[in-house]
Amino acid sequence: MTSPDLRRIVDVAPLVRAGEISPIDLVQSCLTQADARPELNAFISRLDSHALEEAERHDREIRSGKYRGPLHGIPIAVKDLIDIAGTKTTSGSALPVETSSIDAPVIRSLKEAGAIIIGKTNLHEFAFGTTSDESAFGPVRNPHDTTRSAGGSSGGSAAALAAGMCFGALGTDTGGSIRIPSSACGTVGLKPTIDEISCEGVVPLSTTLDHVGPMTRSVADAALLYDVLVGHSRPSTAFGEKRFTFGVAHGYFCDRIDEGVRQALDRARTALTDRGHSVVDLEIEHASITPDVYLHICLPEAAAFHGPLLDRFAARYCAGVRLRLEMSRYILGEDYARAMRLRRVLINAVDAAMDGAGCDALLLPAQPTAAPPLGAATMIVAGKEEPVRGAMLRLTQLFNITGHPSIAIPGSHDTDRLPRGLQLVGRRQQTAQLLEIAGEFEAQGRPSC
Amino acid sequence: MTQIDAWLASAIADAERRGLPQLKPLLETLAKSTAALRRADEELARDRRFASTNSSTDPT
Repeated sequence: MTSPDLRRIVDVAPLVRAGEISPIDLVQSCLTQADARPELNAFISRLDSHALEEAERHDREIRSGKYRGPLHGIPIAVKDLIDIAGTKTTSGSALPVETSSIDAPVIRSLKEAGAIIIGKTNLHEFAFGTTSDESAFGPVRNPHDTTRSAGGSSGGSAAALAAGMCFGALGTDTGGSIRIPSSACGTVGLKPTIDEISCEGVVPLSTTLDHVGPMTRSVADAALLYDVLVGHSRPSTAFGEKRFTFGVAHGYFCDRIDEGVRQALDRARTALTDRGHSVVDLEIEHASITPDVYLHICLPEAAAFHGPLLDRFAARYCAGVRLRLEMSRYILGEDYARAMRLRRVLINAVDAAMDGAGCDALLLPAQPTAAPPLGAATMIVAGKEEPVRGAMLRLTQLFNITGHPSIAIPGSHDTDRLPRGLQLVGRRQQTAQLLEIAGEFEAQGRPSC
Repeated sequence: MTQIDAWLASAIADAERRGLPQLKPLLETLAKSTAALRRADEELARDRRFASTNSSTDPT
């Protein structure tokens, strides 16, 4: 088996620009890895011949001196929830769907930057789950241990990245669907500030909680994709110049995590302080109401989209997804209104916690444990059994409610060699600053495994 | 305000009528979450009223 090319985009792009490596080589490398590990089930559809044609076209363009930027000639995978002209957006479902006639704006941005779309990745059906094992196309398996979940809902994107089947990917995140699989697969995933990147041309789950964002193997790569998706460049920063204050939120965020996650958090904290950053303890008031608020926003919004589809095609949904969507139809409008009122309380609580501690970013666990076994309904967290879905959403969903940008970054591995993810949360509307902080964290603060 | 017990009974009956008896445990879990949501909303509303009463100044 050929070794996967796990280099970062920021390392490969200068070689592409210099003509030392061809986009054709990069695409072929990714396709070889996709062929080598079919058991991961990372892709729903592959665009092999089109991607190779595009690679040849971009290769000629670069050689003629028309270099577009660091994504030029780079193979990117896209969650199959996002429209690409000429393909079907299956959403991981067996429901009938027509071929998309136009690209979603995020796809247009990637193509204009010269990225090469190599395939559409598998996911939890309709992005309505955290494990990617309820898909009409079969479960996604974790590259680090194929008996385990790749996380979800953007599980195929994270698995493809971790296995070298692409250099970057797009995911979506409604309660953690970028950060959960990134944590499970040991990759990086950015949920930007709410409404910052267009969700047009993306099959909705919950219209006021949905986000689109980049998934990559490094923070620097996430920043490259983010720049392209929002359509502007950030000023470059030399790492190591600034000192930041990180807030570690206790209580809700640290009460129920396994020992491996706690150690990863402690190591990160020590590494940051050793390098001159400040780490302070804080609590986010009312954080414990997060799951209840989330449920009463997400479910009715999902029901608004899926109700008519359930009336016509209920039997074609995956059984578990269908049941949860049917449950969603019973939530009362008055409780949705209460949840939206409490949403404002939570936004203020996160802002107040960050302001009160004077911190630039929160440093939190992204997941309470490593990836759970595939198909498990419950998991053991800190000695107690709890439902997988609730446990996996618990640490990420608050920031979909509040809209704060958040990025999942690999923490240190435990003795079981499975990745454990941490997350950094930035101030609202400050995704670029969060990327700067995360870059610093990655360059200096990340402990060795 | 719709009472949660009444809402739950009605939802379970409707689910059974629609041939979805397996929804019952999910609806029961949802009812607990709805009760928690309402408690939080009421407590915070009380706090807000209390805060606004305390912060109001009587010009007389």
